[in-house]
Amino acid sequence: MIRLKRWTGSALLAFSLACLPLGLLAQKNTCLECHNELEDSLQAPAKGFAQDIHQKYGLTCTACHGGDAKQEDMDLAKGRTFRGVPARKNIPELCGGCHGNAASMRAFNPSLRVDQLELYGTSRHGQLLKKGDTKVAVCTDCHGVHGILPSNVPKSLTFPWNIPETCGRCHADRATMKAYSIPADQLAEYKKSVHARALFEKKDLTAPTCNDCHGNHGATPPQVASIAYVCRQCHSATAELFSRSPHRPAFDQAELHECEACHGKHKILPATDEMLGTGPGSVCLQCHEAGSKPYKVASGMRAALDEFLRRRDLAETLLDTAERQGVEVSEAKFKLKEAETALIMLRNLTHSLSLEEVKAKAAEGEKDLAQVTASGEAALKEGKSRRVGLVITTGFLFLLAIALFFKIRQIQKKQLL
Amino acid sequence: MKKWSQNLAGYFEQRLKLSGLASFARKKTVPEHGYSFWYFFGGICLFLFILQVVTGIFLLLYYKPSAEGAHESILFIMSHVKFGWLIRSVHSWSANLLMGIIFIHMFSTFFLKAYRKPRELTWVSGFFLLVLFMAFGFSGYLLPWNELSYFATKVGTDIVGSLPLIGKALKTFVLGGQEVSPATLSRFFWFHIAALPALTVLILGLHIWLVQVLGMSVPGRVKPETVREMPFFPNFLLKDALGWILVLVLVGVLCVFFPWETGAKADPLASAPVGIKPEWYFTFMFTTLKLIPPHIFFISGEVLGIMAFLMGGLFWLLVPYLDRKANRGKSSPVFTGIGVVVLLYIMVMTAVTYLLPRL
Repeated sequence: MIRLKRWTGSALLAFSLACLPLGLLAQKNTCLECHNELEDSLQAPAKGFAQDIHQKYGLTCTACHGGDAKQEDMDLAKGRTFRGVPARKNIPELCGGCHGNAASMRAFNPSLRVDQLELYGTSRHGQLLKKGDTKVAVCTDCHGVHGILPSNVPKSLTFPWNIPETCGRCHADRATMKAYSIPADQLAEYKKSVHARALFEKKDLTAPTCNDCHGNHGATPPQVASIAYVCRQCHSATAELFSRSPHRPAFDQAELHECEACHGKHKILPATDEMLGTGPGSVCLQCHEAGSKPYKVASGMRAALDEFLRRRDLAETLLDTAERQGVEVSEAKFKLKEAETALIMLRNLTHSLSLEEVKAKAAEGEKDLAQVTASGEAALKEGKSRRVGLVITTGFLFLLAIALFFKIRQIQKKQLL
Repeated sequence: MKKWSQNLAGYFEQRLKLSGLASFARKKTVPEHGYSFWYFFGGICLFLFILQVVTGIFLLLYYKPSAEGAHESILFIMSHVKFGWLIRSVHSWSANLLMGIIFIHMFSTFFLKAYRKPRELTWVSGFFLLVLFMAFGFSGYLLPWNELSYFATKVGTDIVGSLPLIGKALKTFVLGGQEVSPATLSRFFWFHIAALPALTVLILGLHIWLVQVLGMSVPGRVKPETVREMPFFPNFLLKDALGWILVLVLVGVLCVFFPWETGAKADPLASAPVGIKPEWYFTFMFTTLKLIPPHIFFISGEVLGIMAFLMGGLFWLLVPYLDRKANRGKSSPVFTGIGVVVLLYIMVMTAVTYLLPRL
């Protein structure tokens, strides 16, 4: 029995050693071996491929370039199937060969979508490519050539905070864009926007970047009718208010880009109260004349908002003063937060253009503010009474201390006598 | 009228035998010399302790010792209970002042060599009172269940846990588990209002009894002929009361202008806020452990630091038995020097904690 076990062990060891060269042969990639020895642009693909996601899934150079990577001889390696550098016009179809095929993708990454090629065909890029314009973006322009990384890797060209620069490589280049009569200031404008601040400063990956409004593979400029739907992906409550406002039919009729008309497009700055009403900075005055009914509505909404803010500031100042005096006001501060929520809703409600609704919401929030103000006033009163109490008590204690001092002296004098 | 009061006095005399105590008080004197001023700090400690007991009892009316209710009950005390803010602020401020006065009392006793024979046990009982009041501070700090106290307790008990041999068991006992949890809050409450007060009453009773029986120590450097005797009652007691009134005024001013903060409620899932540190009287040890290298000769720096503090504590406890020169009535400059070094070390490290928080 022991002899049998020894024999089996020896046989397994011999078999493993015999198979070792075969294993090494299976991993052989003569493309990489040669290109790694070369210099500059000929070496770059081999270097880049080392970190490429395709390489990690076991794909080799031949998957895109054809040929036989097992052949030592370069002529044999570049056999009949060798395609060399794929032509730009063929790249979408080449990538789509696998990425548009559900059966192929299932073997590697079943969760990845397989409609990229189809969507690309609907995009402006895809349509121009079809017409023979090979300057437009193809897969490799956005994803890279060798060294393609998954989009969820921060170093990837398609990671959210890299997308503006990736798109900007073409769209911020005036020379390239001139041919298409497209301005090249989108990237610079976007970088000033509230969205860019959220993305770059707060590192909020949910903040919109180019592809969130224009689409990924099916990238196209939003049309007049669709722009509100683009914005409402995130700003749904505001969009609903806008949809039932008198602005919606008027904007449609005038073919105005809904949200964009007041907030701009790439350089979307934080919305301010000054944008509403009839003062300087008002966007209402872009269309409405002084004295008109919409002018009065805008003025009324702004007045309601200003009054709310005045009351909020008063309540806040009272609480801050009381807090500085050491009075506990955390409950009132919590109530003030409720009023802050009402303020957010109030500002949003201005998109309905309903003065009645705005006034009703303001009145609702002002009830909370009245309570906070009352708490603040009571807290200030409490602070004052504490100080008065301290003065009286300290005065009494000092009198007592002085009386004691004299009593002690009197006793000591008596004892000396 | 006189007859009625005499009858009442007679009633209590028959039952309580107070005449002995009254006679003791009449005869008791306190030495009066250039250093008598330092005697008053003991009385101030007692006064602040009484304030602690009284305000603590009132706080118990509303305080809820549970993770769900502790912070809320403190907020309620501070905002809704009439004079609740005052009671809590007096409790917290007088606790901190008490620790400061205890240190003054201890170092004045040390430098005046009042621990000399036969007052060794007065010093020893005083040392244990210091430990007990530090434990009061440590356990009381967690009770509001706020962010700072939660994480400071975590850091403090981790230090206890790194003690060799008994560390883990001691940490589990103190925390009521492996981590700071609602069970810890219940346990700290038990320490704070039951276990520690019971021990304190016993040791404080012994300490005061020893002071009364042995009287105040006259420093060796004072010439006997210059010492006068002052009657304890009423002279010393009235002077004591004067000091107490001034301390009460100080507590009142602090409470009105700087009411004790409640802080944000502890969130065990949140990350520790920046600048976590224990109460000020622990900071000299805390900063030492922070500055000590991780390893010294293959031994954990933290463990070495804790052992050094324990050995230092043991030395401090045994000072009356080690300072033989002082016991013989001679000057002992070595021990005075040690005291100066210890005092400077505590002051410098405490200052470093607050002045260089990022060290």
